[in-house]
Amino acid sequence: MSVERIPILKMGSILLVSIQVDMHDQLALQLQDDLTARIASTGARGVLLDISSLEIVDSFIGRMLSNIAGMSRVLDAETVVVGMRPAVAITLVELGLSLPGIRTAVNVEKGIELLTGRLPSA
Amino acid sequence: MPPEVTLPQIISANERAILDDWLRLQQEAAGGRRGLIKDETLKSQSAEFLSLLAGAMTGGDRSAAWAPLNEFLTELSRARAVLGFSSSETATFIFSLKQPLFQALRKSHTDPAKLADDIWATTQVLDRLGLQTTESFITTREQMINRQQQEMMELSTPVVQLWAGILALPLIGTLDSARTQVVMENLLQRIVDTGSAIAILDITGVPTVDTLVAQHLLKTVAAARLMGADCIISGIRPQIAQTIVHLGVELGSVTTKATLADAFAVALSRLNLSIEQRAR
Repeated sequence: MSVERIPILKMGSILLVSIQVDMHDQLALQLQDDLTARIASTGARGVLLDISSLEIVDSFIGRMLSNIAGMSRVLDAETVVVGMRPAVAITLVELGLSLPGIRTAVNVEKGIELLTGRLPSA
Repeated sequence: MPPEVTLPQIISANERAILDDWLRLQQEAAGGRRGLIKDETLKSQSAEFLSLLAGAMTGGDRSAAWAPLNEFLTELSRARAVLGFSSSETATFIFSLKQPLFQALRKSHTDPAKLADDIWATTQVLDRLGLQTTESFITTREQMINRQQQEMMELSTPVVQLWAGILALPLIGTLDSARTQVVMENLLQRIVDTGSAIAILDITGVPTVDTLVAQHLLKTVAAARLMGADCIISGIRPQIAQTIVHLGVELGSVTTKATLADAFAVALSRLNLSIEQRAR
């Protein structure tokens, strides 16, 4: 049985994850596994999480974003979440999840700027 | 015995006299407020109404016969509501027709029973029309109020772009939950549209800041941050600074500035921009 996966693209020392499908719990857990494995194997220094297609969030997905950022940090990779939709942002704030440990950017371009500007000679 | 005369015939026959009497009564009733509508307009409206009324009565009880009259009346009431007439002044247009109409009836009838019947029929018709005019007057007023409310909501939450990448949100008036929601949605949408990285919330126009307002502000800041935009709160008056500290409101890591100009300077320096004076 093939498991549905979210692709992880490598761009230099940055891993690009673009969530294009409806996020469900199993998919989120799979992504955590895949991403930590990729960071460890590639020695990536930055993770760009594009959630511009994500329309629905719940507390689990919110926590997942937090977890991914935390795990990446332990593996010495900075996470930037980009392209959050207004409705998603409002929902997360109303849920009391303002994700204090996560860096954010308006779009992918700004996110890469943020990551490369931060990384030493990336 | 004279041939039976019907109501529409009486109206048509006495149109001149009824119209003159009616106009005089309307102008008397208007008193000091006659300037709201021109005499000629009033005259043409009254004449049109009278001929439509006679036409509708000829048609009997069929609703199709009354349609043009109803339409005319609705339009007239709407126009008067917009012109600033009160509801009773608008209703007077119909009710002041009673007296001249009854006089015309009295002149045309010899049989008291027939006269009473016709007066009753006329009263019924005019009362119904009077109610209708009041109703459409009120509907128009409600529409006006709704529109103004919406306009006020929109006017009070403009998001302006100060520079490429810098948005400003001058907040005016008290921040309640409903307005915070609108403000937040507007701001976040503009952040997406313009790809701005910095938003300045200016609270110069917010009269008081209590814990609830502060919480609303912090929510907006948190949501904007999630989208990747940093917020700067500006326009904090000395009294408000004192209130915030006395209430123990924790603004956390949010940058705050006294004036919008200061906040703009901070925003420019974060984007590595600067304003300099040109050498003459």
